[in-house]
Amino acid sequence: MPSLKDLKNRIESVKSTRKITKAMQMVAAAKLRRAQEAAEDSRPYTKRFNAVMAGLAASVGGSDSAPKLLRGTGSDQVQLLIVMTSERGLCGGFNANISKLARQKAQELKAAGKTVKILTVGKKGRDALRRDLADDFVGHVDLSEVKRIGYANAQDIAKDILTRFDAGEFDVATIFFAEFVNVVTQNPTALQIIPASYEGGEAEETSAVYDYEPSEEAILADLLPRGVSTQIFSALLENGASEQGARMSAMDNATRNAGEMIDKLTIEFNRSRQAVITNELIEIISGAEAL
Amino acid sequence: MADTMQFDLVSPERSLASLQVNAVQIPGAEGDMTAMPMHAPTITTLRPGVLRVESSQGTSEYVVTGGFAEISAEALSVLAEKAIPMDEMTRAHLDELIEDARNMYKTAQDAEQPHDIVEEAAKLLADMEALGTHMSL
Repeated sequence: MPSLKDLKNRIESVKSTRKITKAMQMVAAAKLRRAQEAAEDSRPYTKRFNAVMAGLAASVGGSDSAPKLLRGTGSDQVQLLIVMTSERGLCGGFNANISKLARQKAQELKAAGKTVKILTVGKKGRDALRRDLADDFVGHVDLSEVKRIGYANAQDIAKDILTRFDAGEFDVATIFFAEFVNVVTQNPTALQIIPASYEGGEAEETSAVYDYEPSEEAILADLLPRGVSTQIFSALLENGASEQGARMSAMDNATRNAGEMIDKLTIEFNRSRQAVITNELIEIISGAEAL
Repeated sequence: MADTMQFDLVSPERSLASLQVNAVQIPGAEGDMTAMPMHAPTITTLRPGVLRVESSQGTSEYVVTGGFAEISAEALSVLAEKAIPMDEMTRAHLDELIEDARNMYKTAQDAEQPHDIVEEAAKLLADMEALGTHMSL
């Protein structure tokens, strides 16, 4: 049975843990709001961009002259998996879920005889995948110094990927990130970005026949690389919101658990204190009776 | 005939403007053009330059780099990779842009890429510098 002193120490330590998790939860809540706003601000751009691309891709996509980014290299032998995770832990199953999805995909592809290459964004995913897939790593993007994800970050990543694509290092690229549904739900998602697939031909609603300046092909060639940046940017933002949401609910749970633990320990502490007092009384009384 | 149209200026990071306008001057890849209501539906890519927006509240200007504009009879959306309102534009901003363009030109030259890529980078650099002159910074 732990002594009174031990119990007291434990209660103190759980109390300070609770303070920390509570603070982290509140910080995550504030950051979540910002991350959600950022994601919302980027939505009009992404939506319009995709609508225009869908229209363009539909009209040019079928032909042989379509850019490689849209048509693909005609093979799917070498697959690049871009795994986007957070730089920090303590956010529940967020990183684990993304890594798990990526690992599954990698194993499936390997079983089908494909070559897998992995580019990690964010430290946690690299750490999680290092054990089984370290040989397939081709690069890592460090965002730990970045306070606020900007479009420039996405452009840098996209540039890296496009350089590799131009050099013929891979045929198909897929990004892995967590789609933000709400604070308690984040869906790990895999999205193929090269060759690009702009489906959802809802662009038809405008039905206007556009004049293109310069030509359709030139615009498409100009916009496809931007499309890669745009998709990476929106994935980064979704990820940012998901991370904070996951952290918020994880820290909320931790705070609640700490509270329960404090209650339990306090009861135990009071009981043993009562036992000690009773014990002392018995000793005094029996001492007095013995006289 | 409607004399105004819906104008939206969005960058990946935020939406900068959404209002009814009379006319917008766009720095198109093949030359400036002014879009007014009932313009024929057009999609054009942008070169770095100044976007001039004329609305009933007066004229406002934005510096845009890269992206494209989608024009239809009653709406105009400009999707710019970077868009900065003219009054927030400073020498430092411009220097940054010029520096980026210069780096791109240099790497294109050093990497001995096809002629047209080098030329394109050179054009970008020239555009940026012209932008500076235009703003008399």
